[in-house]
Formats: sequence, C-alpha cells, structure tokens
Amino acid sequence: MDENLVDLVVTSSPHIRDKAKVPLIMRGVLIALMPATIAGLYFFGVGHTLGVIIVSILSAVVAEYLSCLIFRTKATVYDLSAAVTGLLLALTLPPSSPYWMVAVGAFVAIILGKWIFGGIGSNPFNPALVGRAFLMISWPTYMTIWVKPFTQSVFPPTNAITTATPLSIIKLRGFSELLAMFDGSRLIMYKSLFIGNVAGSIGETSVLLLLISGIALIAKKIIDWRIPAGFIGTVFVLSAVFNRDPIFSILSGGLFLGAFFMATDYSSSPIIVKGRLWYGISLGVLTVIFRQFGASPEGVMFSILIMNCFVPFFDKMLPRVYGYLAPKRRTNI
Amino acid sequence: MKEFTFKTGGVHPEENKMTKDSPFVPLTPPAVAVIPLSQHIGAPNTPIIKVGDHVKIGQVIGSVNAFVSAPVHATISGEVVAIELRPFPLGTKVPSVIIKNDFKEEWVSDLKSIESLESSSKEDLIKNIRDKGIVGMGGATFPTAVKLSPPKDKVIDVIIANGAECEPYLTTDYRVMMEYPEKIINGLLVEMKITEAKHGIVAIETNKKDAAVLLEENVKKRGLDNIEVVLVKTKYPQGGEKQLIKAVLRKEVPAEKLPLEVGAIVQNVGTLKAISEAVFEGKPLIERGVTISGSAIKKPGNYTIRIGTTVTDIIQQTGGLTKKLRKLIFGGPMMGIAQSTIEVSVTKGTSGILFFGEEVLEMTPQDEMSCIRCSRCVDWCPIGLMPLLIDHAWRRDDIKLTETLNATDCIECGVCSYVCPSKRHLTENVRNAKQKILKQRKIEIAKQAAFEKIKAFKEKKAQEAKEKLDEGEKVNG
Repeated sequence: MDENLVDLVVTSSPHIRDKAKVPLIMRGVLIALMPATIAGLYFFGVGHTLGVIIVSILSAVVAEYLSCLIFRTKATVYDLSAAVTGLLLALTLPPSSPYWMVAVGAFVAIILGKWIFGGIGSNPFNPALVGRAFLMISWPTYMTIWVKPFTQSVFPPTNAITTATPLSIIKLRGFSELLAMFDGSRLIMYKSLFIGNVAGSIGETSVLLLLISGIALIAKKIIDWRIPAGFIGTVFVLSAVFNRDPIFSILSGGLFLGAFFMATDYSSSPIIVKGRLWYGISLGVLTVIFRQFGASPEGVMFSILIMNCFVPFFDKMLPRVYGYLAPKRRTNI
Repeated sequence: MKEFTFKTGGVHPEENKMTKDSPFVPLTPPAVAVIPLSQHIGAPNTPIIKVGDHVKIGQVIGSVNAFVSAPVHATISGEVVAIELRPFPLGTKVPSVIIKNDFKEEWVSDLKSIESLESSSKEDLIKNIRDKGIVGMGGATFPTAVKLSPPKDKVIDVIIANGAECEPYLTTDYRVMMEYPEKIINGLLVEMKITEAKHGIVAIETNKKDAAVLLEENVKKRGLDNIEVVLVKTKYPQGGEKQLIKAVLRKEVPAEKLPLEVGAIVQNVGTLKAISEAVFEGKPLIERGVTISGSAIKKPGNYTIRIGTTVTDIIQQTGGLTKKLRKLIFGGPMMGIAQSTIEVSVTKGTSGILFFGEEVLEMTPQDEMSCIRCSRCVDWCPIGLMPLLIDHAWRRDDIKLTETLNATDCIECGVCSYVCPSKRHLTENVRNAKQKILKQRKIEIAKQAAFEKIKAFKEKKAQEAKEKLDEGEKVNG
C-alpha cells in the first residue's frame, strides 16, 4: 500500500461536532433583530434612525477591535458578538439620539460592559444595557426625547414632533389621559402598541415583530423560552395585582425587547434550566416594582442589570444528577 | 410496539448509516493474524502456547486463572511465529500472538456444546460462555460470564437486549438483528435461564423498525410471552446502559453502582448472538461483525472479520482507500478511539472501523474559542452534569471542585463537546478530571491500608516492649 496515503491524527472523542458555532449563533440573533430594526426605520424615518444604528454597530465593532489590541488577545471581531451588542444598544436608544452620544454608548458597552471582565463570555452584565445605563445617567435629556412616529422623515431631523412614551404619560398624567389619546378605546390602544405605532426606543415598539423573532429564536434553540415566558408572564400577573392594565403593561415599554433579547444574553443569564425560570420571574417582579414605585416610568433596563448580579445565585439551583435521589447540596461553587 | 425514551438531554447527530443495507460479507482470513492476548476488562491473560507451536482454529492461546477474565482463542490455523508487543486499539501496546496462516482452516475437535437448554445446568452454561471467551461486544469488553454471575443477594428481574445502536455510522448490531434474529432470542433465553430473570426485553431504536418487526415475529412464532420487543426513540446516547434502563424500565441505576442494583442486565445483541453460537454450536469468539465505513474507504460495508486481522489487511481486501487517510477510528464517531497506526488489529470489542479524510479534522479544531456560557452542554448532558463548570475547574486544577460537580458520574458519551459552539474540549477535560479523581481515590485507599498496617505494627511493638518490661520487673522484683 502507498505509505503516503496514511497520515493519522489522534484526538480525543467525539470525532464529529455539531454545526453550531459562536458566529452562527450571533448571526442568528442579528437576523432575528432585523424585523424590529426595519420596523424602527419605518416608524421613525430612515434618515437619522439608520444613522444611529450604523454608528452604534460600527463603534461597537471598532471598540471590540481596539480592545483585542489593547488586551492582546486573538481578534474576536469575527464572532459577530460586538455587532449584536451594537445593534441591541441602538434599538434601545431614542430615535433622535445624537451620533456622538451613540458612539460613546457603544464604546462604554464594549469596553466597560464586556472587555474589562475578559471579553466574550465573561461579562456579568449585559453589555448593551451597561452602555444604555451609562448614557441614561450621563445625558438624561437626550435619553428622554421621544419622537412621534412618522414625523422624523427628513435628514437632519428638524421637523420631528416630540411626545412622551405611553409609560411616561401614565406616570405623569394617569391612565385616563393616555386612553383619551386613543379615542378612549382600549382596543385601539392595544392595537397601536402591538403594531408599534407609538413613541419609544428605535426597536422596542413593535411587539408583534419582536414576538415573531423571539419565537423563531426559541424554535432554533438559540434562547430558552423560560426567561421571556417567566418575565412577561410575571409582569402580566403582577400588574393586575397592582391594579395596572395587564395587557397594556406587557405591550408597553421595552419589555419584549428586554425579555427576548437582553435577559437571554448568554453570559449574563443563568446556565441552569430551573434557575432561568426563576430568573425570568424575578425580572418580572422587579420591573413591575420599578414601574409602580420608581421615579422613572420604565423598569426593564435596571431590572435586568440588577438581576444580572444575582445570576450566580440562580446557578446554584442544581439539576438532579442521574442516579442520585435528590440534588446534592453544594456550598463552594 | 411501545416506544420509550430517556428525558434528560441527548442529541441526534446525522446518522450516516450508509452501510445499513449491505449484508455481512466474510473477509478472507488474513495471512498473518495479530491476536492481542488480553481483549477484556480484568486480569490479563498469559500465553499458553510457545513460539513454533502449531495451532488450530478455536484453540485457547491465552488464559488466566482469575474470576474477571476471558480466554483468547486462535482465529486461524497455522504456526505461532512470535509473541511480542503490538499496538492495541486502546492506544497501548500489548503482548500479542502472531500466527502465520497455513490456510488449512483446521478446527480443534474438542469444542463443547449443549443439547438443549432444559437439560443443562446454570453452571454448565456459564462455564461454556466463559470457555468460549465471550465478552461484551458493544465495546466495553466486560467478560460476559462474570456479568451473568451476580452476587447471591441480588435478584435479576430482567435482561435487556441492547439493539439501540445509537452511534452514527455503525450498522453492525442492525445487521446482526436482520440476519440472526433467531440467535439473538436464543442468547436472550440462555441469559434468562442463567440469571433466572423472568422477563426479556429487546430495545431497538425507531430508525431500525424493520429489525424490531423481524424480532417480534420471531418471538411470536416461538410463543415466548415473557420476551417483549420495544422501540426506543432515535436519540444519542439511547444505547448507553444507564439511559436504556431509564428509558425502558423507568428506573435509575444508583450512582457508581451496576445495573444489577435495579435488577437488570443490559447485553448487546451481538453478544447474545455470540452466546447462542457458543452454547448451541460450540463456537468460540473467533470472528465478529464489523462495520467498515467512512469517507476514505472505497467499499464501505459490513464484514465478518476474524479477530486479529490488521487494518492494513482490511484496507487491502476491501479495495483500498479513496483519499488520504487522516483519521482512523475504532468504534463510533462519538465514543470511538482514534488510532495512531494502521497496524492495529480487530479485537472482540471492535464494532466498527471508520476511515476519514481531512474533512473530519476540520470538524474538531484544536484551538478553542472562549466559553460563552450558552449552557448547551448543560441542557443536553444526559446525566445532568455541568460540563462547562467541570471544565473550568479542571483548567485551574481544582480537582476537589470537579468531584463536587460529579465528574465521576460522566459516561463520556461526548455530547457536551459535540454541541459546544466554541468547540471546547469538554468531554476530554471531564474525562481527565474523572480519571484523576478515581486515581486519587485508589491512592487514598492504599494509603489508608498502609496506615492501618503501620498502626498495627506499632501497637504490636509497644505490646512486646511492655511485656518485656513486665518480665524485667518480675525478674528484678
């Protein structure tokens, strides 16, 4: 036999691998975010809004690249995680955000949110939300200017009509005021909220499209249904307890964007199945408490950032190991 | 037919069972056979022939007087030309008997078989299985006679014939079921007689439904109402002993214990066929069905191959390679062992030999990406472990933590590495941790024993000294 035909390599089993790779998962998330992004462009005008999205993604990717240089690691730009962070950040920003602020937010998200902890997989907080929280605290004026849909049509956006988000109308003026804006009909209000024809962040308004994308991600087994289901379900039930309209509560604010795309971030969510359900429920409780008693009308962002701190706790809800009657108690993980 | 499955974890890799429809073809016996002297788990055999001896097929060439052992037989007739170290599929070199074939195909004459199952005793049957060198042919190679002799206080309730064959590529068990359903049921009846088990269950994955139908027909035809054929979902690792017991019996084998704790014995269908041949035909385990498959072999198929045939022979006899051979795997792609040489030979535990080119190397890159905590390994682990945490602990050399994380319960099925999107070597590291823990435990036991000995010795000395002193006092007093 020809000796040249044999050149054996020995590795440990298994010798075959699943097709799933980090870049493929991130690409899946990017594709899933496309409908909400396009809806944002549709409602808030292509000109300035598209600029916000592009600046955010580009800044995030550049920040990632620079971080790889500074921290002297292998370039991780190609795993697309920075692009996902950039897009997620853009979708949580007001459509009228100035470009320089978006760029600062993206840099903070990647460097303070992710790289000082060691890069992908090591960040205890959701990087996009770290960026947004930074902007929220630093430039609250810019972060609370909300554009009425279909008014920010030209570039630069001089003619945009500003308004308040449904949640802030409730906070400041009460539910009946809000209802009056929709001709007093709850059905019309629900419909507008569900379609996304209300003021809000670029990607958070269209609940319908977020729901479709979220279900697609669950079907593709990229995210676990327990976090969004626990989160949204708890907000629904608890809002009713606090005498808030439950349907309005789940349709308004950044709940769907947060539940499907932010709370499910791999490195800042629990790895244990049971823990993920309780994590989702805790997020829901915290969000309703913030909305009801907090100074700010919205509660999703800070709920997620706060619950991120408790992920190690949820990771102690150990699954039962085959052959043991009850989960082993452990203290030192 | 009822359908069962285990719930926790499990994956479904691409099946690639392309040799499904090719029946067993006997391969010409090799000109030179390299037969490893020990092909089982347990005490190693010693050679009982000398260089220069003439041996016949079925003659015992290696055995040892120990409980956990199985003899090895000559698989061709001819002259023993050497007894030396040769490569073994587990990656080591073991003493092997090299026999030069005289192509006379002479068999030994004193092979014992039984007349009927009713007229023979349990001890006779076990002795017969032991003498024929039967071991678990699914890959574990545990001596079958030992498996069938549980401690007196354990009651065996059910024998499960394992026809799941969940590994991709492999079709050996499937072909055995399609071609020898009669012998499988015979083997099952022998085992049930030995262990006094009341039930027999044949478990087959749903992608081999035709085999299940065939076996059920056979059972019905013979009027055996204590044997049931069931389907199990096509899911890896359905054929794992623990998973199969959970699926079929809804019971869990207690951690670090054997299946007989729950009154069950799981036996591969190929082993059952070999038992039937050993008991009723007197045939020792000298050949076995092997799936030859993969992208780099010209004629994939199922072959009946004499034990001791080298891979070099197999490549030549099956028409050669199609491309550069980069990976040679003994067993399936999930749990099989990559070989470093083609000089290695077929043993009793070789269920398949897979030949791959460059493309499989690309599938298992050596450089890992960072763990992104996606928890796919946790979600899909069939045992309920957390491979990523065990991996982290192993990397920072925290063996104690890997032990608290139940690394010793790992069945090494390979699912965690398979699903990892960062292509991290999870199975490898969990296996490393497991082996290190087991080694430490052994050392700990040896240490304890040594301490006990020293303590006993010191006490004895002290006693003696005291006695001497007493005597002295007596003399003085």
